[in-house]
Amino acid sequence: MALTGIQIFKLTPKKNCKECGSPTCMAFSMKVAQGAVTIDKCPHMSEEALAQLSEATAPPMKTITIGAGDEEHKLGGETVLFRHEKTLVSKNLYAVNLTAADDADAKLAAMTKVDYDRIGERMYVELVNVKYTGEGADAYAALVQKAAATGRTLVLECADADAAKAALAVCKDKGPVLNGANPSNYEAMSAIATEAGVALGVTADTLEALYDTVAALEKAGNKNLVLDVGTASIKDAFSKAVLIRRAALKDEDRTFGYPSIVNIGAIAAGKPELQAALAAVFTLKYGSILVMEDMSYAQALALYGLRQNIYTDPQKPMKVEPGIYPINGADENSVCVTTVDFALTYFVVSGELERSGVPCNLLISDAGGMSVLTAWAAGKLSAGTIAKFIEEHEIANKIKNRTLIIPGKVAVLKGEMEAKLPDWNIVVGTTEAVQLVKFMKDYK
Amino acid sequence: MPFKLTPQPFKAAIKEVEVGCGAKAIKLGGEKTFPFYSFDAEMPNAPKVGVEISDLGFENEVAGIKDFYGDVTNVVEMAKKAAAMEGADFVVLRLESADPNGVNKSVDECAELAKAVADAIDAPLAIMGCKNDEKDGELLVKVSEVLEGKNAMILSAKEANYKTIGASAGMAYGQKVGAESAVDINLAKQLNVLLTQLGVKGETVVMNLGTAAAGYGYEYVASTLDRTKAAALGQNDDMLQMPIITPISTETYGVKEAIASEDDMPEWGSQETRAIDMEVVTAAACLASGSNAVILRHPASVATVSTMIKELM
Ligand code: SF4
Repeated sequence: MALTGIQIFKLTPKKNCKECGSPTCMAFSMKVAQGAVTIDKCPHMSEEALAQLSEATAPPMKTITIGAGDEEHKLGGETVLFRHEKTLVSKNLYAVNLTAADDADAKLAAMTKVDYDRIGERMYVELVNVKYTGEGADAYAALVQKAAATGRTLVLECADADAAKAALAVCKDKGPVLNGANPSNYEAMSAIATEAGVALGVTADTLEALYDTVAALEKAGNKNLVLDVGTASIKDAFSKAVLIRRAALKDEDRTFGYPSIVNIGAIAAGKPELQAALAAVFTLKYGSILVMEDMSYAQALALYGLRQNIYTDPQKPMKVEPGIYPINGADENSVCVTTVDFALTYFVVSGELERSGVPCNLLISDAGGMSVLTAWAAGKLSAGTIAKFIEEHEIANKIKNRTLIIPGKVAVLKGEMEAKLPDWNIVVGTTEAVQLVKFMKDYK
Repeated sequence: MPFKLTPQPFKAAIKEVEVGCGAKAIKLGGEKTFPFYSFDAEMPNAPKVGVEISDLGFENEVAGIKDFYGDVTNVVEMAKKAAAMEGADFVVLRLESADPNGVNKSVDECAELAKAVADAIDAPLAIMGCKNDEKDGELLVKVSEVLEGKNAMILSAKEANYKTIGASAGMAYGQKVGAESAVDINLAKQLNVLLTQLGVKGETVVMNLGTAAAGYGYEYVASTLDRTKAAALGQNDDMLQMPIITPISTETYGVKEAIASEDDMPEWGSQETRAIDMEVVTAAACLASGSNAVILRHPASVATVSTMIKELM
């Protein structure tokens, strides 16, 4: 909870020595409350007061770091419940579930097949959830080792102390999560996780019990936690995910200020479509790690697209890289089509061009990530910017075809473009992307 | 201090709108909470699932949809099957053939078909136009007239044609008016204000706030839905308290993920599975942010989304 100036003032030494740059302790306290200066500008604060202040000004939800090296991921750290209030900072991560009953090699191979780029973001299954099913510590460690060999970060779903220790022995350097604490074993599991230096997953049947367990863990000094919403039912998992996040961010109860784990594969076992639907729900409503039975390409295409949309900065549009995008097997003799780098425009236009079946080179110039008319109005899309793009990307050397189709909404550019690009035949295209299929077919 | 769950329902509520007649009639809205926040208060009415059929038939659909309708040869029979689909709450007839740039069927012919469909099924019916604002302005007026007494949902009145559609569907013939705006809370509110000023009662309006497939600018849809529900419930804005209906399939069946053939994209796998996943993911996202009804096409999607709603209620 944010402190008022008066509350901060009570913690200052009240010397009015001006060393902080403010005329009085009171004035300084007011500035701190507004966030204009930080408390460390006063050299005379007592340790005790500082501890109290840092507790009070700590973010409502902790950021938990898992994984290692290139595979390091951040979870949590959110400050708002809805993306229109402020940017959401830590996208949810996906895990595929693996148990001793699975054909591990086949399952892991299928998982690693989903790996592609979408608007500059690598889309893949970031985590493997290795679930302990009583096969014994050695067998579990061997399975964990196999999963670790994929390079992906692991979630060890294991409440058995010996198996957890054996598993951590083979993978603790990779920053796994040990998801195995509950109200009856949390002390032992916390000791194991702390010793290995990894985050601890905590679960309980009820929110009250979960809360008490987290409070006890925090009291014992472990604040590197992830909260598992359990698998009692879909409704129960959803309720817990929402209530935990709401308690942390709206009601400012930091005991619940941790990221969550939702085992969707367990609450919708054997139903891949239902799992996809639920993953969409938990992407919006407060799942941090989403465990699926599998991740097919079909699920990934929809779910990663959704996640990428939800975790964009509302102030900043998504952009694609300027360049040549050949469509339908286009080569240097295929016609050129140009539009802006706003991701949404790019997707819609490239989709329609693909549907037309006509080979063409889509030329994307830097238009500041704006839509066609906005970019044109802002001077980011003009005869000059397109001509410059064609020169800088040496399009004339790369493509022999000299026909360039421009967006119908900027038909006014035709004359000026003909002047700037005398070798080119400038053709005015359609005003809406949906008309492109017919236009391209007719054009051909 | 132990954790204590304090229910936080809002004082304001979403308006409750009934569509259809008799035992199969459905109610949309009525809740005082964000979607599925049953710990705050039960939602009086579960969100509903509509099945979209086109008067152009199902020739170009994926195999699972074709198989479902099988040897059906006319739209009325298709509607009967759609109404009986597992998980279906209502049927949505899309009068695509009215499109002046397409088949360009006459308004009377289309209205006659709408009437025949309405007479053949017990399930509530929604009618979608052909997306040509001018033609829809005539078409949906006529449809509203011939469906008098059916309490159908007319999709949709837009800024360009709300006067004629609002007056006929919402006032003269007692239908429910879909108010369609383009993914912007202010535009949505403005259209509701215009319809109200025209004399259409807020209780007869459902909003289509616009939509996008997952991955295709869906963030605007999510935020528009979130902000609309927050304003309706949190600020008691009665010009945004209409229930929300979101067509899903009309968007998702147009994107690359659902269209690209397996030959073109071998690593992506079955086109049909991709189409279903795009449909259920987009629908589930909309429901999580507050849609009171979604419109889908594939039987597997309808079954999945309806199961999900039941599980979350
Ligand atoms: S430096 Fe500290 S003690 Fe001195 S005036 Fe500023 S707040 Fe007061």
